[in-house]
Amino acid sequence: MISLETRQSLNQRAGSEVDWPTVGIYLFLVTWGWLNIFAAVYDPELEQSIFDLNLNSGKQLLWIGTAVFLFGFIMLIDYRFWESFAYYIYTAIILLLIGVLIGGKVVAGSKSWIQIGSFALQPSEFAKFATSLAVAMHVSSANVKLENFKSLVSTGFIIAMPALLILLQNDTGSTLVFSSLLLVLFREGMNPVPLAFGIFCVALFILALIFNKFILIISLGILTILIILFSRQIRRRFGFITLAFVAYLFSVVVIFSVDYFVNNILQPHQQNRIKALINPDADPLGYGWNVTQSKIAIGSGGFFGKGFLEGTQTKFDFVPEQHTDFIFCTIGEEWGWAGSLILIGAFILLFIRLIYLAERQRSKFARIYGYCVLSIMFFHFTINIGMTIGLFPVIGIPLPFFSYGGSSLWSFTILLSIFLNLDANRKNILG
Amino acid sequence: MKENRILIVQFVIFLVAAVFLAKLFYIQVIDTSYRDEANHNVIQRIIEYPYRGIISDRNGKLLVANTAVYDLMVIPKKVKINGDKNRLCELLGISPEDFDNRLALAKKYSFVKSSIFFEQMSEVKFGRIQDLLSDFPGFYVQARTVRNYPQAVGANALGYIGEISKEKIELVGKDNYKSGDYIGISGVEAFYEKQLRGVRGVRYVLVNVKGEEKGRFKNGQYDTASVPGKDIVASLDLDLQLYAEKLMRNKIGSIVAIEPSTGEILAFVSAPTYDPNLLTGEDFSKNFVTLSRDSLKPLFNRALMAQYPPGSIFKTINALYALQNRIIGTSTVFPCNRGIIACHGHHTSADFRTSIQYSCNPYYWNVYKKIIQRGRHSNPFIDARLSYEHWREQVLKFGLGTKTGIDLPNEKKGIVVSSNYYNKVYGENRWQFSTIYSLGIGQGELGMTPIQMANLAAIFANRGYYYSPHLVKAIGDSAQALPQYYEKHETGIDKEYYDAVVDGMEMVVRAGTGFLARSKESVACGKTGTVENPHGADHSVFIGFAPKENPKIAIAVVVENSGFGAEWAAPISGLLFAKYLNYTLEKNWIENYILNRDFIRNPAKPKPKSRKRG
Repeated sequence: MISLETRQSLNQRAGSEVDWPTVGIYLFLVTWGWLNIFAAVYDPELEQSIFDLNLNSGKQLLWIGTAVFLFGFIMLIDYRFWESFAYYIYTAIILLLIGVLIGGKVVAGSKSWIQIGSFALQPSEFAKFATSLAVAMHVSSANVKLENFKSLVSTGFIIAMPALLILLQNDTGSTLVFSSLLLVLFREGMNPVPLAFGIFCVALFILALIFNKFILIISLGILTILIILFSRQIRRRFGFITLAFVAYLFSVVVIFSVDYFVNNILQPHQQNRIKALINPDADPLGYGWNVTQSKIAIGSGGFFGKGFLEGTQTKFDFVPEQHTDFIFCTIGEEWGWAGSLILIGAFILLFIRLIYLAERQRSKFARIYGYCVLSIMFFHFTINIGMTIGLFPVIGIPLPFFSYGGSSLWSFTILLSIFLNLDANRKNILG
Repeated sequence: MKENRILIVQFVIFLVAAVFLAKLFYIQVIDTSYRDEANHNVIQRIIEYPYRGIISDRNGKLLVANTAVYDLMVIPKKVKINGDKNRLCELLGISPEDFDNRLALAKKYSFVKSSIFFEQMSEVKFGRIQDLLSDFPGFYVQARTVRNYPQAVGANALGYIGEISKEKIELVGKDNYKSGDYIGISGVEAFYEKQLRGVRGVRYVLVNVKGEEKGRFKNGQYDTASVPGKDIVASLDLDLQLYAEKLMRNKIGSIVAIEPSTGEILAFVSAPTYDPNLLTGEDFSKNFVTLSRDSLKPLFNRALMAQYPPGSIFKTINALYALQNRIIGTSTVFPCNRGIIACHGHHTSADFRTSIQYSCNPYYWNVYKKIIQRGRHSNPFIDARLSYEHWREQVLKFGLGTKTGIDLPNEKKGIVVSSNYYNKVYGENRWQFSTIYSLGIGQGELGMTPIQMANLAAIFANRGYYYSPHLVKAIGDSAQALPQYYEKHETGIDKEYYDAVVDGMEMVVRAGTGFLARSKESVACGKTGTVENPHGADHSVFIGFAPKENPKIAIAVVVENSGFGAEWAAPISGLLFAKYLNYTLEKNWIENYILNRDFIRNPAKPKPKSRKRG
């Protein structure tokens, strides 16, 4: 008879509990991403090898290779390590983030890199999984209930600290990623009202940018009146009417503050990106260039796409940053709507799988961490693709596993593999 | 509760996916504008300019040829100054300020479309800047052909080409021309534009975001090859044309020489003229300004557009009309009554032949009186009008008062007024012979262009008909002129009357006012004219043809403000007959005499007026 412990460690070593479907999707995305990076850097006049280390595709292959090793390595780590060292890892990252602010390199307008010898490190990438671990740790502890305001504040603090530090680096994109953790909090019992309120404000904001403010205010007024008139079924009518009225006044304030926010708080290049979103045709050669070219590349793909390495916008370099932020254009142009369907489908499969995996965890820590992984990836997915088709302003958010870049590939790999490690050992963890 | 939340999370994920797929479907499958935009980005349409047809003289000698020049084009959107701008300016021969001005102009025209930055660089200049251009993305070179004129002759007949105007593009269609293209503006170049220009070719190439060519679009499936223009054989005789221009140097007027049997124009001169090479190449604009400001108006085509009162040469027409309508006979005599109207020469009376030989004015005063007072009506005014209208109808058949149909744009049709004109000026039924008597001797409300005069000479050469004068005898492979030039136009007057008049015309040269036109080998026929005009000395005019039987050349010469027809126009015609037919002029001092006379620096003095009735 093999003892329980031996069997456990055998299981662990054998990796039979590893969720292969997730690994499969991961490898699929990473490989297809590598091919598309080659397409993005492809120059039809040169004899190029996809393996050439001077090209981004060759470099990405290197990153993929090391990431796979990293994946495997993390899988072999004792699952108890994560919970034990969550806060230490988190603190270390916070220190690194402070360190970057003091002695970091400025790259493309944001001070996000530390040079160590011949290596460049981007702490903000690693803050994602570190914060996830810390949040999971904190929210899973006994005295924290997200229904309570105090718990919310303390959790918010954990999220806000790295976010703020990253904001100080002037990396708005990465800062916004942290807002995705609200989804986790929602799942774990946070009062939906403030969330709904927040979504409401954002929606108002967007509407105020697109439509004429006075028309908007009048329409909202009519809507409020209609709601009041048709709500006889609701008890405490008086209170409801006052609430509706207050909400309306508040909306008006928000609408008017939009201009102030855009013109005085946002930096010029950010203002341009908002403008490019609302009306890219106003300056198609200036701030509208990225979005316009991106939509042209994607839109010209048709149903089946133009074929691998046959995308004219791609191979003739019309879309800027095509191997990083705009990598989706390669899919859109060369693989068409069919290809887009497959890509979006693969991600959706991944997300649904992650939800399934998270829900089957006995440990609250593991489950919360799993939802963090889901939220962060979902956020990147939504913003990145939305950006390329003109639904979100352009911010520097990569497409997970797809965009070129060692740091982001590594950080996502770590993010995912930690969860798979926890999941593989879910039977061993006591709830 | 938490199950609901999980469901909500899943719902949000699916919602996002659905929104994306829907938007993607819209822009990828439903909306085709993106595909067009993609092509627009990537495909560049390059026009290939066809070879323009060349023009040679009737013996195959080259009159108008093509030279390659290079336009430096710019697309402002793609411009980057990566090299030494000052060096480029130096090589182009412009200042850096000029460079900036040109670039600003191009931006104003269009930020994304190409326009001409520097026009018509010679091959040498192009060679020098070619290497530098790789440092200046946004600039590229377009090869073109412009004209060159190896013989520097025939400017007014051949015309010139230049950039097409916006109005012209609206007129002739955007399919054939775009802004900056060349089009024939005057002369043969303009009239035969369609034949000469050929058909543009188009190449579709793929370009990357820098505008660098990366290959052919769909393997050249949509490319069309350019079709060269048709070569043209002009009817001009190069040697005759050169000689005629030489004789007219320092004089104002024109010469038109026609081959009577075909209507082909052998020489076509408007003086003063200019070197056609001035209106081509880099210096076109500069030279054009100079030429158009020249007070002697070298760009004004006198042979085509100047309308002179014909003077005595018109008597030949009145003579024919009178004979045909039995108003006079060949033996009719009139006394040379200089009290009615002045006359020259030693005759006291004239019969038909001598009236032409000595150009007797009183004779034709009488002839015209009989023409207008035909007795068609008891009322002399109505009689005058009816007779005038009948006479005018015949005059028009000689190609007067209408366009001859020459293959040049802007031909003037001359002046032979209708009776309505006199009605307006004098009042209906208020004019008669005494009002319009000067028409009898070719003065008054009459106007003929030198082409019409030469055509008249051709009519006499042919004894009664003409082919519309034209400058081009063969187009392209067909080797045919345009069909209208093979049509014979009859004047409707019997040959025997022509013979009578021609006999008189022979006497003009043999022993009359045109004696300076005589050659040793053969006598030409002709008629002199001395045309009064308000600008100064009389115009010297001569029409004629040689030899008398089977004439090979018919000619009209006009020398403005020079004196008697006998003095200048006649000897010039004689020299041209001799040149063309290889004769020797009787008086060998004439050539130098003509060549040395400069009417521009040394205008002739007007003779005292003594013609009007006392």
